[in-house]
Amino acid sequence: MANVIRRQTPAARLGRGLLYGVLILAALFYILPLVVMLMTSVKPLSEISAGTLLSLPQNPTLAPWTKAWGEACTGMRCEGVGGYFWNSFAIVIPAVLISTTIGALNGYALTKWRFKGSELVFALMLFGCFIPFQVVLLPMAQTLGWLGISSSRAGLILVHVVFGIAFTTLFFRNFYVGIPNELVSAAKLDGAGFFRIFWRILLPVSAPIIVVSVIWQFTQIWNDFLFGVAFSAHNTQPVTVALNNLVNTSTGVREYNVDMAAAMIAALPTLVVYVLAGKYFVRGLTAGSVKG
Amino acid sequence: MAALEIHNVIKEFGSERVLKDVSISIDSGDFLILVGPSGCGKSTLMNAIAGLEPVTSGNIYIDGEDVTWRTPAERDIAMVFQSYALYPSMTVRQNISFGLEMRKVPKAEREQAVERVADLLQITHLLERKPAQLSGGQRQRVAMGRALAREPKVYLFDEPLSNLDAKLRVDMRTEIKKLHQRLGTTIVYVTHDQVEAMTLADCIAVMRDGRILQLGSPDEVYNNPVDMFVAGFMGSPSMNFIDATLEEQNGGYQLRITTQGEDDLLLPWPESRYAEELAGRVGKPVILGLRPEHFSEEDERLTSQAEGTLLNTSVAVVEPTGADILLRLPLGEHEITARVGPKCNVKAGDRLALRVDMDRAILFDAKTEQRIA
Repeated sequence: MANVIRRQTPAARLGRGLLYGVLILAALFYILPLVVMLMTSVKPLSEISAGTLLSLPQNPTLAPWTKAWGEACTGMRCEGVGGYFWNSFAIVIPAVLISTTIGALNGYALTKWRFKGSELVFALMLFGCFIPFQVVLLPMAQTLGWLGISSSRAGLILVHVVFGIAFTTLFFRNFYVGIPNELVSAAKLDGAGFFRIFWRILLPVSAPIIVVSVIWQFTQIWNDFLFGVAFSAHNTQPVTVALNNLVNTSTGVREYNVDMAAAMIAALPTLVVYVLAGKYFVRGLTAGSVKG
Repeated sequence: MAALEIHNVIKEFGSERVLKDVSISIDSGDFLILVGPSGCGKSTLMNAIAGLEPVTSGNIYIDGEDVTWRTPAERDIAMVFQSYALYPSMTVRQNISFGLEMRKVPKAEREQAVERVADLLQITHLLERKPAQLSGGQRQRVAMGRALAREPKVYLFDEPLSNLDAKLRVDMRTEIKKLHQRLGTTIVYVTHDQVEAMTLADCIAVMRDGRILQLGSPDEVYNNPVDMFVAGFMGSPSMNFIDATLEEQNGGYQLRITTQGEDDLLLPWPESRYAEELAGRVGKPVILGLRPEHFSEEDERLTSQAEGTLLNTSVAVVEPTGADILLRLPLGEHEITARVGPKCNVKAGDRLALRVDMDRAILFDAKTEQRIA
């Protein structure tokens, strides 16, 4: 780096070299599982049984991917994980949008329209971030039954929204605390009301925290297994549950390449979201703490 | 007709009473300044007028209508905030027209208003910029433009100049004054800067601890302060307060100031200012208030001061400001400040004869700090 002043003695350079060496090794080690998964997913089964885990694919093939997508058996059915992949989207997209919207409104109300006990309400919502999922499984199943939406997509969306609100409210509340109250006062004097102020003044400056909330919620809900396995029926299962079923289906030879391809398919959307919006994520997380 | 009337307003936050029975009335076109140290309740009063904070009791009337329980939007007021509070996502044009848009003014009229205001404040070239692209002074103008666009009944200014650097502050001060003279608007202006208060106001309300101590013209507040706080707060450098004892002398009154190691200083109280109040206080401690400009060099032959009392003292510190010289002089147990002309040739340690203009001196009760004469 040209913008750092440091000692240029041979010993210092050697030290630097060692430092970078260690860091590069650590990075390689960290990425190794992904590389192995990717390599295994494009090897034919014969190569997997003959070679080692780290040997490069000799005859790369996409057959395991197409099988994982459309033919592999998940439990009793052999339709691949493709359908469940879309299931996941059908659950994740509404759940992310709803929980982010509600979190934004909560954060706005808790900071800009304070009422008696608003701090207590926030503290209680924060508590929601620390409740282990397992604790609510039974009461939630009961509630979904009462509402008549057990084993449905709507039920799963509701569960994720309820759990997500605690986090999204925390994000937005901490972001909006940093936005001067005088802005809201000025808009009130200009004649704008609760929703108008939110829509016209607050929301246009909320992009960083919306990105944070969306990425966070997307990864959380996409990767969820427990709620998916507990509250879904066969036709509403998310891809994580399907992946589990696929890997655990014990008929015939274990097809590692198909397993890996299915796992890659299941992990892809979160990877894509993070790669595309990752820098906004970091920027957004720090935006609330730094004065604009 | 009174443009703004405040009747016995009380505001409590929990058990703390921030505004203690405040009453003010100003006419249409008046420039009222609320001035006082931080925490005196002036901003709370401003928020109460704006409708941003409900009052605990009392009433507020704008143009004769009781607006105490109306929302800020219903009061027909505009406010310029200390931080300007420009909407960050909107251009200057949108910022200025937002209030009109919320009030459903047709687009053509909105455009006209923006042009008029931009012209008035010379910000036409900035209309398409975002607030982040503006300098402090420009933001200040836009904030004023936003208030001016709507032509409300009352304008509220909450320390609008405190974020500007010294030179810009003086420029903008003049501009606000010009604007007020031109538009004849009713303005309530909060500041902690007594120079701003003196230069801008038609009417000053000096506040302290949630009360209005004095409400009057700048001249009244400066020359006839009701108590030591007002006297000390207005004016820079501030008024000198000197411990003295009131004595009777040949049917008249005089003030005795004890000085260490020297003869007591005797200042006769001018005959024209004898008051009945004084008789009861003979022999009691009082506080003499003298502004720095009440002193002058002995050789300045100004007729009005020919009658002044001569004071011979040594100079501790000489502070030339360019326009004049401030002298620090030990007097009694205190050090006082005197303002003399820039030509005064004096060094620290010199002895100097100064005239004291006792006609403008003010006497305070040593205990209650209220004015006696």
